[in-house]
Amino acid sequence: MEYIVILIAAVFVNNIVLSQFLGICPFLGVSNKVSTSIGMSGAVLFVMTIATIVTYLLYQYILVPAGLDYLKTISFILVIAALVQMVEIMLKKVSPPLYKALGVFLPLITTNCAVLGVAILALGLENGSLLKATFFAMANSLGFALALILFASIKEHLELANIPKGMKGVPINLLVAGLLSLAFLGFTGLV
Amino acid sequence: MVSKINQKENFIKGIVKENPTFVLLLGMCPTLGVTTSAFNGFGMGVATLFVLVMSNIVVSLVKNQIPSKVRIPAFIIIIATFVTVVEMVLEAFVPFLYEQLGIFIPLIVVNCIILGRAEAFASKNDVFSSIIDAFGMGLGFVIALTILGATRELLGNGSVFDFKLTSENANTFIIFILPPGAFIALAYLTVIFNKLTSKITG
Repeated sequence: MEYIVILIAAVFVNNIVLSQFLGICPFLGVSNKVSTSIGMSGAVLFVMTIATIVTYLLYQYILVPAGLDYLKTISFILVIAALVQMVEIMLKKVSPPLYKALGVFLPLITTNCAVLGVAILALGLENGSLLKATFFAMANSLGFALALILFASIKEHLELANIPKGMKGVPINLLVAGLLSLAFLGFTGLV
Repeated sequence: MVSKINQKENFIKGIVKENPTFVLLLGMCPTLGVTTSAFNGFGMGVATLFVLVMSNIVVSLVKNQIPSKVRIPAFIIIIATFVTVVEMVLEAFVPFLYEQLGIFIPLIVVNCIILGRAEAFASKNDVFSSIIDAFGMGLGFVIALTILGATRELLGNGSVFDFKLTSENANTFIIFILPPGAFIALAYLTVIFNKLTSKITG
């Protein structure tokens, strides 16, 4: 039951992009086509889950016992940067088709604040455990995927629309994101 | 031989022509996430400005010692160090702001403006120009965040910097304090900014 609540909360109520504002850069940048946004979502799901597992263990078993928890920002970002590189190298060797699908997105993920954000947020979960943190990361990456794919499919339609000159480009995208966020606001109070 | 840089232009470009928020669209997460009030936006802007200036100074000083292959991780460590400093200072001296900004303080590390300036400017130029560049970019960010914060606070709460402008039980657009309002307010501010700058630059 508790896990279902985490899932619904992360995907709909506190959607990571539309209500917590994490991962806005890829949300605005890699959302021109539905196919690329699916690839990006897959890469985020992969990296976010692994990164949260590693940083959670690092924090609980190395940083806290050593009294170094103030180093979490520095150590987490380094772990994530190294992890992305490692995942890239391993994917290339182990599963070339998966690498082909996700490869281009992997370097971008280091600077995706959603990954670092979720890794830090996962430390603050109530009665936290490794399993819960992992599940939290997966639920949040599903929320990211939902927002990104929805946004990309709206943007594909937007290309055919007649938009006023001043609103073209960035402003109309932000406005669409705002309306999408408004729709997600309707889930408030669900859990 | 480094070509002479016009310092005045170097400073101004971050505020108008290459404004990080309205023109380059960098650092969107804190821009949208913390600007529920003018004060929060201003605080976030200043914290980012500090990290930007300090990391630009250090990067510019050590640029010749860092092998170019590992420069990005090296820059990230430098930035993360100053972010940790900011985090601890805010927690100790401005606990109210620390609570408000929350997760977005450690996330200054992944703010693309800072890494972007380190890579594009500080790693190629001397210390003095890098400081000017960081101040210009940082001020552009502070101004943008303060304007966005003030707009949202005014429309959503009827006040600016906690100074109440409407009567106590006036109906304000609460939506502008909620997440959707961030996107909508920024969309229209970008339109206005583009209109104004296109008039100035022709």
